[in-house]
Parts: sequence; C-alpha cells; structure tokens
Amino acid sequence: MARLLPHPILSPTLACLWLLLVNSITPGQIFLGLLLGWMIPLLTLRFWPEAVTIRKPLTLLRYIGLLLIDIIMANFTVARLILGDPDRLKPIFVELPLDLTSDLAISLLANSITLTPGTVSARLSEDRRYLLVHALNEADPDALIATIKRRYERPLQEIFELC
Amino acid sequence: MLEYLLSFLILTGATLTFIGSLGLLRLKDFYMRLHGPTKATTLGVGSLLIASALFFSSHNAGISLHEVLITVFLVITAPVSAHLLAKAALHLNLHSFAKMPAKSTKGEDGADDDAMDTQTPEEKSSSSDTHVPRKPV
Amino acid sequence: MLNSVIPIALGLVTAAVAMSFWRLLSGPSMPDRILALDTLYINAIALLMLLGIHLGSALFFEAALLIALMGFIGTVALCKYLLRGDIIE
Repeated sequence: MARLLPHPILSPTLACLWLLLVNSITPGQIFLGLLLGWMIPLLTLRFWPEAVTIRKPLTLLRYIGLLLIDIIMANFTVARLILGDPDRLKPIFVELPLDLTSDLAISLLANSITLTPGTVSARLSEDRRYLLVHALNEADPDALIATIKRRYERPLQEIFELC
Repeated sequence: MLEYLLSFLILTGATLTFIGSLGLLRLKDFYMRLHGPTKATTLGVGSLLIASALFFSSHNAGISLHEVLITVFLVITAPVSAHLLAKAALHLNLHSFAKMPAKSTKGEDGADDDAMDTQTPEEKSSSSDTHVPRKPV
Repeated sequence: MLNSVIPIALGLVTAAVAMSFWRLLSGPSMPDRILALDTLYINAIALLMLLGIHLGSALFFEAALLIALMGFIGTVALCKYLLRGDIIE
C-alpha cells in the first residue's frame, strides 16, 4: 500500500489541480486526473523523501481561514502604510526563535509571515533555530514575536508536529 | 447585483495593484520596497482573477474555475520569491534603514551581517550596481 | 457599469506597469531590479485578465498561467544567480 500510493495527500491534490487546469468535470477527465495523481508521485518519489502527515485536519482548516482573513487585513494595513508618509515608517529586523523542526512547517511559517501584516521573512539561520524577519513599521519587536508565535507557530506545531 | 460585485472586485484589485507598485516607487530601501509587491499586488491580482472567474461563470455556459489556479499559484509563490529576494539582498549586504538584531547569527551563506549598516546609500548604489556575484568559497 | 469600470481599472494597472518599469530601469541594486521584474509579471497577468473580461474572451487564461509560471521560475533563477554566482549545479 505504502509503495503503491506513497503520498496519500499529494495524489488527490494533483487530481484536483488537473481538473482545475482543464476546467471541466467529465468522467474521462476525472479518471485522467486520478491517473496523473497516482503516476506523478510514483515517478518523482526521489524529490519527496518524507510523506506529509496532517495530525489535525480541523485545525488546518481553521488555520487556512485565519490566514485568508489576515492576508486581506494585511493588504489594507500595508496599503495604508504605503500611502502614508514614508519618512515616518520605522522598519526593523527581528530575530524569531523557532520551535518548529520539520522543513514543511518552517516553510509554511515563513510563507505565512510574508503574507501577513507588514512582515517579510528574510533568512533562516544555518542551525534552523532563528528566522530573520523584516517588519515594515513596528515599534515593539517583542510584541511582534509573541504575536507570530501565538497566531501562526502554535497552530502549525499542532498540525504537523505534536502527536 | 452581480455587476456591482464584479465592478467592486475589479476596482479593488486594480487599486491594490496600483498601490503595490506605488510602494515600489515610494519607499526608501529595498527591504521596505519588498513589502509592496508581495502583499498588495498579490491580493490585487487575486481579486481581479476572482472577478474574471465570476464573469466567465455567469456569461458562458458552465462554471469557470481555472482562474482560481493562478490565484492559488500566486499566493504560494509570492512569499517564496520575496524570501529569496530578501536572502539575495542580505547576501549582497544592501543598505537598510532597519537595524539588525544584536544577537544576530550568521546566515546560511555566511554573509557578514555587521557590515550591513556601515555602507552609505551612495556607496551601495555605486558598488552593488556593478556587483558581480561570486561563488561561495 | 462594467463598461465604465474596466477602463479605469486598465488605467490604474497601466500606471502600475509604468511605475514598476521605472524601478526596473533606475535600480539602484540588482535585487531591486529583480523585484521590479517580478512585479511586472504580476501586473501583466492583471492586464491580461482585465482585457479578457473586456473582450469577453477566455483565451487569455493560458497566457496568464504561463506568465505566472515562467515569472516565478525566472525570479528564482535570478535570485539563485545573485546568491551563488551560477544557476545550474
């Protein structure tokens, strides 16, 4: 089973992507999508050494919802900052200590940080314990770290790492 | 009704795209300019694409969802390219108005973070423009 | 309603293209230019989608998808070049 279907989450995702790409839902296309979703993970097995496990699907859904709302809010925050006086902005680099260990969780956290209000993740330290974050306008670095840890890091840790 | 929703989405999208590029023009250093396109432009184009999906779903036969594909793709790739750009800028030691944190650790490429604030903008604009990337030793 | 909104939107996006292009020409650093190029790709997608709605043709979708894919790959390749000095290992 594990050898025939190495990535149980990737395969349906690829099938859905195929259906979106051809923009039609006919039995033939669904069959082709499922076939592609089965074949591509098998052929590209060497690029995906570890299978993704989602421990709490409901938390993941809630996280995606929260992220979407935050992205929309972030845009209006950044738009206001851009339209305001550029000389009044206080940009700052913040070093965020990471509790996450898996590659996927760290990259998802970095992506979430970049998409949300006024912060861009800039660099991961060599030992993978610190993430350098650039904030567009932030007076209090400690509050920013606390917010990121509470809002984004803890749900990701629950989803991908804790049992 | 749908027409008002479409108009709203199109106007919001175009305005956000405009603001994102305005940020590219107005803000003062590279790391600040990075914020405009990654956030505003991504959501701007996202809402334009959703407007397009709604438009073609209502005007042609059958629903048209493949614009969602581009939106998802942009939302996934925008942070990745922003991260890479920031990493490249740190590697080149571009001038920044933001201070580096004191207990800064060396990055993956071993760039010297302390040199960050010592360059003046004039020096940087003349040196980094002609900068030839070197291989890491 | 839609017919009056789309020209305004086209104007805004064209202004965005012009501003990104100015940043692409003026720099001052390489990452700035790459960022401007990346923004130009995304603005081009926006322009294509607007034209698609305006002309009522779904044919622009494939072009927009290709620009999105190639733009991302181009940005990554240029950043890799800045980071390492070569692209292909």
